Amino acid sequence: MRIELEKRPAHSALFSMLSPFIALGLTIIAGAILFTALGKNPFDALYSFFIEPLTELWSLHELLIKAAPLILIAVGLSVCFRSNNWNIGAEGQFIMGGVVGSIVPIYFHEWNSFVVLPLMLIMGMIGGALYAGIPALLKTRFNTNEILSSLMLVYVAELFLDWLVRGPWRNPEGFNFPESRSFNDSAVLPELFPASGGANLGIVFALIATLLTWFMMRHMLKGFEVSVLGQSARAGRFAGFSSTKMIFFAFLFSGALAGLAGISEVSGAIGRLQPDISPAYGFTAIIVAFLGRLNPLGIFAAGIILALTYLGGEAAQISIGLPDKVARVFQGFLLFFVLACDTLIHYRVRLVTAIKARTEGEGAS
Amino acid sequence: MTLAEAILLTITTAATPLLLAAIGELVVERSGVLNLGVEGMIVIGAVVAFAAAQLTGSAYLGALFGMAAGCLFSLLFAFLTLTLVANQVATGLALTILGLGLSGMIGESFVGQRGVQLDEIAIPFLSSIPLIGNLLFNQDLIFYVSIFSVFGVSWFLFKTRLGLQLRAIGDSHGSAHALGISVIKTRYLAVMFGGACAGLAGAQLSLVYTPQWVENMSAGRGWIALALVVFASWRPLRVLAGAYLFGAVTIGQLHAQALGFGIPSQFLSALPYLATIIVLVIISRNRRLTLMNTPASLGQSFVPDR
Repeated sequence: MRIELEKRPAHSALFSMLSPFIALGLTIIAGAILFTALGKNPFDALYSFFIEPLTELWSLHELLIKAAPLILIAVGLSVCFRSNNWNIGAEGQFIMGGVVGSIVPIYFHEWNSFVVLPLMLIMGMIGGALYAGIPALLKTRFNTNEILSSLMLVYVAELFLDWLVRGPWRNPEGFNFPESRSFNDSAVLPELFPASGGANLGIVFALIATLLTWFMMRHMLKGFEVSVLGQSARAGRFAGFSSTKMIFFAFLFSGALAGLAGISEVSGAIGRLQPDISPAYGFTAIIVAFLGRLNPLGIFAAGIILALTYLGGEAAQISIGLPDKVARVFQGFLLFFVLACDTLIHYRVRLVTAIKARTEGEGAS
Repeated sequence: MTLAEAILLTITTAATPLLLAAIGELVVERSGVLNLGVEGMIVIGAVVAFAAAQLTGSAYLGALFGMAAGCLFSLLFAFLTLTLVANQVATGLALTILGLGLSGMIGESFVGQRGVQLDEIAIPFLSSIPLIGNLLFNQDLIFYVSIFSVFGVSWFLFKTRLGLQLRAIGDSHGSAHALGISVIKTRYLAVMFGGACAGLAGAQLSLVYTPQWVENMSAGRGWIALALVVFASWRPLRVLAGAYLFGAVTIGQLHAQALGFGIPSQFLSALPYLATIIVLVIISRNRRLTLMNTPASLGQSFVPDR
């Protein structure tokens, strides 16, 4: 028995819509098998993974806190991936956004003013964009593979942050803990509904970025340029679009959003710099981008789902003692199933048994 | 043992996993497939090798299991990209993400345990040659395999019919298919070879380099191996040179950290990654050279039109 693919004349609109849901379904089944293999009741595990975090108000807040950076980064990456630029260093751009955005509250920690926060956010975006500009520059100027260079820069950014918080930016009153000063109130991202939980402006930024990017991709020439150059650089050149400018645009755009996510996380959820500011948001956002089928609106929904796996992982660890790594495994499964299901959009998949293949061959001859 | 000898010995230990992973990926890329999941396969190899060695008490069985695990894990990538023609870049990333997660889960109960170390095998007579004897002929099995793999792969690619077919597939899968060469089958085998090499590289990390299990212990070596393949312009002997160069950088920065020099350790730790970028820039800035050496079908999906 083997699998045979037959190209569809046009891509299937039905499967375009369905494929993420099929992938989710398959992931849940795979998850249930995994939980059973770990000796847990699969229904209890799935409940604490996917339902429990949604039953309480405070954890809904947590969901939005986790979803915001994922959505911000993934929306930026979708533009990058659509233009066929493989920026996989968003994790590094996230960190550099957090670092550059923190310059103001760390060096001017007594400055209380309404301009502090906007300044931090803008600097965060610039930090992320400039850091993403390095692979773009290397790609356009020296033809260097952007996948490898952007990824290498993640390690560099992590080490740089580590040096800052253990060295020059360490809190002088912090008993030698590797942390910066805590930010003062005017440098902290305001909470939306402080009465019920900690969700902050980050999710609003994510929503705005989603809508603006959706509008750009759908209704602006720039969006068209992204798609054309992504599908065929040659066709794009005939239309007068510049690949070089597009590389810079895609990287700076996604870098800026990753940077914004970084400084929002540092200023909102954490409130200071520390060696570890991201539970691999930059990499998980790649899954979010694909689960959302590189469409900003889809990404918003996908961001919430992936945020749920983070929360579910914590919940399942506490309530039924599943190892916290399970969430990562889940996320990995999800991306695999998403990619596999995408095949259905462009191809008809048929199982061909040996006998059937032989009779078909005879019929043809 | 002299100090210089000790340093050279650590360089070979640091270079071996890079060499193995890169030589595997070289074969994969020569067949026209870009597998970015090397990091994931290494880390799976590392954890399975460690676990198997702990459970059976034999480091050799550990290495064997690590290699098999890398190979099996790569099948996941092969099925998606070759059978279901999924995007190779995205699938490779998926393999890395899943590998890091899965290895963390498998390895959870092994954290902090003392591992079994793969012992050295002294080759009679040769190992007593002054200077190089101890260095080249008194090493663990994985080291010998890594060196052998370079020459083996070189011979296979350039001196055998199958190797020629594999290169033909990498350069033009359409023409190779028209000539009756089985593109998908050859690519499956190439990907599995790459997986086995990466798995063995992982086993080296958890059985020789630092005989213990630490989460994410591959620390970017899979990505450096990918860069090495580009650096070597897809030639096995140049991979050997590149891997040892990077091994030297890694060990050099470790010694510099020990000596201090007043440079923050984080900057020194960043050196191998920065060196990778610099090397990539130097190699790829010559567009003609890259174009000439890159397998022409690299990263493209192939659907046979029967």
